[in-house]
Amino acid sequence: MGPGMDASIALVAIAPFVAALLAPLVQRAARPFAGWVLALVPAGLFLLLLTMVEPVISTGAISARIGWIPTYGLDLSFVVDGLSLTFALTISGIGTLIVLYSGAYLKGHPHLGRFFAFLLAFMGAMLGLVLADNMLALFMFWELTSVTSFLLIGFDHTRQASRRGAIQALVITNIGGMGLLVGAILVHQLTGVWDMSALGDEIRASGLYGLVLAAFLAAAFTKSAQVPFHFWLPNAMEAPTPVSAFLHSATMVQGGVYLLARTTPWLGDTQVWTLILVCVGGATLLWGAIGALRQTDLKQMLAQSTIASLGLSVLLIGLGTEAAIAAMLLYFVAHALYKAGLFMVAGAIDHEAGTRDITVLGGLADSMPVTFIAAALASLTMIGLPLTLGYFAKEEMYLGLVTGQWPDIAVLAVLLAGNAMLAGLAMLVLVKPFLGPVLPTPKSAHEAPIAMLVGPIVLGAASIVAGVMPDWLGHTLLEPGTLAILRETVSSHLSLAINPASVLLWLSVATWVLGYLVYLQAAAVRTLARRFEAALGWTADTVFDVVMFGLIRFSGAVTRLLHHGRLEVYLVTVFAALALALILPVLMLGGYDVLLPTAELGDWSAKLSWPDLQLYEWGIIALALVGLGAVLLAPNRLVAIVALGIQGTAVALIFLLLGAPDIAFTQFMVEILSVVILALVMTRLRLDERDHRQLEDLARDGTLALVCGAGVSLFLMVVLSGTLDTRLSDLFAATSVPIAHGHNIVNVILVDYRGFDTLGEISVVMAAGIAVMALLRRGPKRPVPPAPTSRRSQKAAS
Amino acid sequence: MNTVIFRTITPLIVAIMLVFSVYVCLRGHNEPGGGFIGGLIAASAIAILGMATGAEAARRALRLDPLAIAGFGVFIAGLSGLLSLFTGSPFMTSIWLYLELGQTTLPLSTPLVFDIGVYLVVFGTIATIALALEGEGEEDL
Repeated sequence: MGPGMDASIALVAIAPFVAALLAPLVQRAARPFAGWVLALVPAGLFLLLLTMVEPVISTGAISARIGWIPTYGLDLSFVVDGLSLTFALTISGIGTLIVLYSGAYLKGHPHLGRFFAFLLAFMGAMLGLVLADNMLALFMFWELTSVTSFLLIGFDHTRQASRRGAIQALVITNIGGMGLLVGAILVHQLTGVWDMSALGDEIRASGLYGLVLAAFLAAAFTKSAQVPFHFWLPNAMEAPTPVSAFLHSATMVQGGVYLLARTTPWLGDTQVWTLILVCVGGATLLWGAIGALRQTDLKQMLAQSTIASLGLSVLLIGLGTEAAIAAMLLYFVAHALYKAGLFMVAGAIDHEAGTRDITVLGGLADSMPVTFIAAALASLTMIGLPLTLGYFAKEEMYLGLVTGQWPDIAVLAVLLAGNAMLAGLAMLVLVKPFLGPVLPTPKSAHEAPIAMLVGPIVLGAASIVAGVMPDWLGHTLLEPGTLAILRETVSSHLSLAINPASVLLWLSVATWVLGYLVYLQAAAVRTLARRFEAALGWTADTVFDVVMFGLIRFSGAVTRLLHHGRLEVYLVTVFAALALALILPVLMLGGYDVLLPTAELGDWSAKLSWPDLQLYEWGIIALALVGLGAVLLAPNRLVAIVALGIQGTAVALIFLLLGAPDIAFTQFMVEILSVVILALVMTRLRLDERDHRQLEDLARDGTLALVCGAGVSLFLMVVLSGTLDTRLSDLFAATSVPIAHGHNIVNVILVDYRGFDTLGEISVVMAAGIAVMALLRRGPKRPVPPAPTSRRSQKAAS
Repeated sequence: MNTVIFRTITPLIVAIMLVFSVYVCLRGHNEPGGGFIGGLIAASAIAILGMATGAEAARRALRLDPLAIAGFGVFIAGLSGLLSLFTGSPFMTSIWLYLELGQTTLPLSTPLVFDIGVYLVVFGTIATIALALEGEGEEDL
């Protein structure tokens, strides 16, 4: 494909992020119409994606490639095929309606601009996720959806429940994200490619198949809220309703379903794949459906039913037959349409009537007729009546399973039970609030504003339109979609004709009848479901809390263990480690042997002589010894510090005499400054003037000091006894002037040869300065505790 | 410690130390010295000023927050390394420029800028610590 197509595919993934950046400004400028203005972005993307439908049908897939990190051979590669186009169209289409809806739902909210920014960024992440072909790009967008959904779920951040829901969603989906990264890297290690479209049978043939599968399944199951990771989804309902409508219909949670569909060609179609997906999906379907019937809050009912629908999709992908994959695609679109619509309806009811509890709502059809029509359209699709998209989805589900073999019959039974419960739920959602006697509501109910009606009506109408055009549906959705997932051409056989001799029809009828029974016995079912849940006691939700609190307590304990705040112990640890580091390696490598007198030397002690030093050199050594003695005998701490300075000055003089003026210079300055700073610190710490130590402390500190000193001396002697490798210093000496234009080799090394090291060092120096500031500034805010009498000097081991 | 003699002579000492620190920093490429030592000398000067006049007065005399000076030092040190990227050489390749000024030649280079960065970091950080400690000491005593 030409550069024009490349650019437009990249535009789809990037435009929402740009729009997100501008959203707060747009919101400020176009206050009442911000939703309408911002909805133009996803609407434009939707139209742009529509233009790709024809090329995809004719060519199967369009790919685009943009250089990303050429050093590592990484490209941002995108692929638009039947699968990703279906998802992208659904995301951008529903996204348009959600943006419109939010503008009205959150009208006058002080942070509406921020909300739009989060929403658009989330949509961009989601579009990138479904379009990405490169697994690292996929991972990046995957994590972006986690982060942006965290912001959306926790939008109402002053509420504790909202924050908890957001953190839970982030933690659970990020654990899966790690799995995705591990899986991607494993696949790359095994095959050498990052692009998913380039993968074939290599992974299935590899011995690491199980590990790769586990990694990808962890990602998909956490994102798509499969049992036992399902609990974050209902808690994410703390988000504003438009967010729930978007996250739990076409996006976020469908990410896992998408990933499974995307990996099917190179990871699926094995026994273990089918077994795991069918079992987990089936369990999730039943668990979600029962959970939904337990609720009376409209939003919670829909949330739990989303879990059920996700389980259904996973189950279908697990089956992996042509019919099952076709059903999955149809069901994805049908579910996105009706679930987004119903969430918006629930939001409208909440917004206008003031409650979402179906037991106190009734007869709203008169006051909210348009909302009622929208709800009816969505519910009919959910039930799966003929002439709706949901009907085809259900037919296709059952189609592959009427084989008469017992595993298929078992799966069929699970599907039938799940679908029946969902159908019953749809009837509850439609009938309870809208029909029957009018019940008093907290607010006097009236029709919602137009921006809140467009969404559900358009979505409801879309599922009807799609439901009466089976040929078009088969040609544009089913055939390219199944080609992308199964990598083989499948011809659609969707038809509106109703065949009374077909067992499929009777399965559908059974679903509706069972659904109606569930509806009739709703109260009894609810009591039963609640009793069941109460009997379980511990849920995954409580486990999450226990684990999280355990983690926090554990890290607190580790911190207290390592970071106890006792300076004395820190210093003892540091100097003990220093002593070990100096002595152990040399000892173990037999390095001290060179220091021992050799056998042929005979009486070596007789041959020892005083070194031949000048008088002033003896003077300097005497000065150092005087300094040392003064430190040991000092009557108080201040004298000890100054005495240490004397000793350091003597060392600096030795450097000066041995021809290292730079080091001597620096040593002088460091000695002066350390005496000044230590003296200042002393006054800050309010220590006793004198340094009282117990005898055993004195022994410990003294030993440590002697061992460290001996360690340094022996280490230096060992080093000097060998021949020094002078290649580097020769090189520096030879090249300092010609290539670095400097005569001071020390400085040339610091700023030129080893400039990068110095850059790191000065950054550390600066960071240390900031840390000292932070420590000192903390002081005045709290009263300084009186100094304990036995506090030891920090100069203990030096 | 805070005697009249000390207070009187401090401004003079500080001025000399600061000038000397710049001298030491600039000559460092060919003779003993350099940004690190220069920074230490300058920081000692500020520490002395802080002792004589109080931390607040020393801070006012500096005009800039010493920590900001340190940050600026890291910034220009990093920037001096980035310059070489424009010539197509690896990060931190030195660039030299010889300016002919009448009788003499003035060598300018990116290592010089880098060394000035080091000077500012060392000066800023040590001055921050010293002044903070001196300031706290005043409040306490």
